[in-house]
Amino acid sequence: MILSNTETIPGSEITRHIGLVQGNTVRAKHVGRDLMAGLKNIVGGELRGYTELLEDARKEATARMIEAAQIRGANAIVNVRFSTSAITNGASELYVYGTAVVIA
Amino acid sequence: MYELGFSALLLIIGVIFGTRAQRKHIEQLDRREAALSYLVVTNLKTIPDGLGQPLLVTGSVVIAFDYFRRFIASIIMLVGGNISMYEVMLDRARREALVRLLEQADAAGAREVHNVRFEFSRVGSSAQQAGVGGGAELFAYGTAVR
Repeated sequence: MILSNTETIPGSEITRHIGLVQGNTVRAKHVGRDLMAGLKNIVGGELRGYTELLEDARKEATARMIEAAQIRGANAIVNVRFSTSAITNGASELYVYGTAVVIA
Repeated sequence: MYELGFSALLLIIGVIFGTRAQRKHIEQLDRREAALSYLVVTNLKTIPDGLGQPLLVTGSVVIAFDYFRRFIASIIMLVGGNISMYEVMLDRARREALVRLLEQADAAGAREVHNVRFEFSRVGSSAQQAGVGGGAELFAYGTAVR
């Protein structure tokens, strides 16, 4: 599965547009990580626990999108976009969407 | 009185460690950016023809809004104007996210990265409401090609 956030794939031609595919995940942080983040808030800098958490979550959302594309017979997803929204206190939704296509 | 002393202590810790970490981080960023400067980075939507298979690359970083900065910012907010401390902080974070993206591209053997986009989102809003800061995620993504 080829992923790209551009509209076309260089060197290949899109033979069929399948349609919009998407993947999402909602994650909450756990208390231990929050505690460490509280300490970091005194001196500043990176909140590594959160970075990892969001990265994992985004990978999962992407995997779900890829799965949806595979079911519909695509071999590439173009124009991939990410978005993040805080839905409630302490939980974020990571959302990824793109257009599933068949390339030759 | 006791509380005031505690706040002052937090401020001093924030100033000392925060500024030192910032200086080190900027030096480190300069080095890493120089090492990756051979990559062509654009935010163009279409990739020039004749290149290899594309690969989606990402880079992200979550930064804390620390005690010292929030304190100074709250004072500046009374009179308005530039909060240059936050400017520097966000700039650092965005550069870090981009460098992580470029490192991923570099590891995949790419020569160019196109259609680079940045996203910003707040995390840990419960911490923010409790008055202990919270943070923000800077996220960059793009398409790497050989």
